[in-house]
Amino acid sequence: MNPLWQLTLARFREFYREPAALFWVYGFPLILAGALGMAFSEKPVPAANVDVQDEPCDPAGTEKLRADLAADPGLNVAVHDADVCRKRLRTSKTDAVVVPRPNTHERYEYLFDATRSESVLARTAADRALLRAANPQAPRAKESAVTEPGNRYIDFLIPGLLGINLLGGGLFGVGFAVADMRIRKLLKRFQATPMRRSDFMLSLMISRLVFTLIDIGLLLGFAYFAFKIRVRGDPLVFVALIALGGASFAGLGLLLGSRARTMETTAGLVNAVMLPMYVLSGVFFSAARFPEVAQPFIRALPLTALNDGLRAVMNDGAGWEALPYPLLVLGIWGAVCFAVALKIFRWR
Amino acid sequence: MNSAIRVRGLVKTYPGRPPVEAVRGLDLEVAAGECFGLLGPNGAGKTTTLEIVEGLLDPTAGEVEVLGLRWGRGDAEIRRKIGISLQETRLSDKLTVRETVTLFRSFYPSGLTPDEAIARVGLEEKARSYVDKLSGGQRQRLAVATALVGEPELLFLDEPTTGLDPQSRRQLWDVIRAQKDRGRTVVVTTHYMDEAERLCDRVAVIDHGKVIALGTPAELIARVGGEHVIDLDVDPSGPPRPPAGALADLPTVRSVREEGDRVTLTAGEPHRALPALLDLVRAAGTKLAGLTTRHATLEDVFVTLTGRHLRDES
Repeated sequence: MNPLWQLTLARFREFYREPAALFWVYGFPLILAGALGMAFSEKPVPAANVDVQDEPCDPAGTEKLRADLAADPGLNVAVHDADVCRKRLRTSKTDAVVVPRPNTHERYEYLFDATRSESVLARTAADRALLRAANPQAPRAKESAVTEPGNRYIDFLIPGLLGINLLGGGLFGVGFAVADMRIRKLLKRFQATPMRRSDFMLSLMISRLVFTLIDIGLLLGFAYFAFKIRVRGDPLVFVALIALGGASFAGLGLLLGSRARTMETTAGLVNAVMLPMYVLSGVFFSAARFPEVAQPFIRALPLTALNDGLRAVMNDGAGWEALPYPLLVLGIWGAVCFAVALKIFRWR
Repeated sequence: MNSAIRVRGLVKTYPGRPPVEAVRGLDLEVAAGECFGLLGPNGAGKTTTLEIVEGLLDPTAGEVEVLGLRWGRGDAEIRRKIGISLQETRLSDKLTVRETVTLFRSFYPSGLTPDEAIARVGLEEKARSYVDKLSGGQRQRLAVATALVGEPELLFLDEPTTGLDPQSRRQLWDVIRAQKDRGRTVVVTTHYMDEAERLCDRVAVIDHGKVIALGTPAELIARVGGEHVIDLDVDPSGPPRPPAGALADLPTVRSVREEGDRVTLTAGEPHRALPALLDLVRAAGTKLAGLTTRHATLEDVFVTLTGRHLRDES
């Protein structure tokens, strides 16, 4: 009847006997990954929508313009009168409008929105189509589309999802569990026994680590079968990163739950820590998009370090050289949080 | 006398504006092998006192000795030798009774087997049930089982029967008596006076953070002045009742307490006090709504000492 084993066992039992918790912890991330993967699955960039403004005085010219544009496979062309064209452009139903100017030197006018990339693309595509129509003899460069696993959006996304899963697991799994036990006065009851506090803390870490490995295994299996995503680098480094992230976030969770006396406080703290990292740490889009001055701060966040490490190993096939930066950042965060949590931990 | 607990000059002040003085200079000595009751209304300082003795709270001042040991030096040893049931612990819903007791057993180097502990509180039939399937009384007995499983020399039960039905209360009383029969010390807090009278060898009545009376239930009752109590309910629509002075002069009457339409007398010999009382009532023409005689209880002790009832809010 080893106390560490019994405490850990109790955590497992409480967890797997709660089907709703099982769903939210294990089912939900799979659904999220599936939905996002499908939404961003490798569709080629859709054809640009271009409207031709009807020129009532010159129906033949309008028709020629329409045909020249429609000859380009990258364009969807429609003909509308001036008012409708403007309205469709304003409401993004079309990306650009080509207005014939028959008696001018320019011959055409492009209406487009310079702040919208689709609109700029449509303008460029229309320009290309008209140039080619005017110079059918001009030589064309050979085009070869390249798709390679590793550079799709889903390849970028899955390591980020693994990262937020580890983060959420640590903060909710440890922070909430501890706060809940305090509110139920169970911590106080444990404090009144000869239970070693280190056993209690260790049982939290061990159970968290096991749940995490199951969680990550499921997500990874799903990503492989649904999107042919696999770890291209050193699997040992990958496992090391997962364990490091799990432990570091468990420390963070323990800190957030170390004093809170209500669930509301805990939820507020967890959100305050989690949401900024969701945005800043490169989960759904690259953290490199943020301004240069913010980069040192962003790179010091534990989730950024983990996501960068996971992407390097999964997508770029990195080995041990990918480990030092996450090891440093996650190690410091985890150790400091854990030490402070132990120091300020409230048993009652 | 071999002491299980010795408390001297205990003070506990919670910081705040104004600071709350929960315990203000409390002395207590509990002998090994006795069942000791801490009595008092809500907020009297019972639980604070108990939690300091249990090592869950630090006192502001004062000395506490538990089984000859002191907190701060022999913590691990004390914790091995005591068992505790807190006022409101919610044990994990999704563990079974046996798993819960086994978990607590694992913290102690020696003690009962989990099944023995479960048998002591009579929960054998529920050993495989989840905690969330237990009734309030069963949960309370489970809490006591987790306190018993380390075979403690000293058992603390904080209001173990509050809110329970009469049958569950009796089952818990049996557990406490059995523990005492094994020569173990039990400290119990309660605000049920009947419970203290039946269970406890000695009781301390606590009010406003101090011990205001200490002794066996019989001693305390005798101290009120008479073991018998006569409750007189006066019909307010009739002529006025006899004045308190006249009632106090009745033979063997020791005290008179008036509360609304009820007059409570304590009397040494009711067979002498009653005829005289009835003569007085008849002479005054008072109409009676009720007349009861009964043995004095610890409740009467408390009311006499404080002028308040135990269950009063405040």
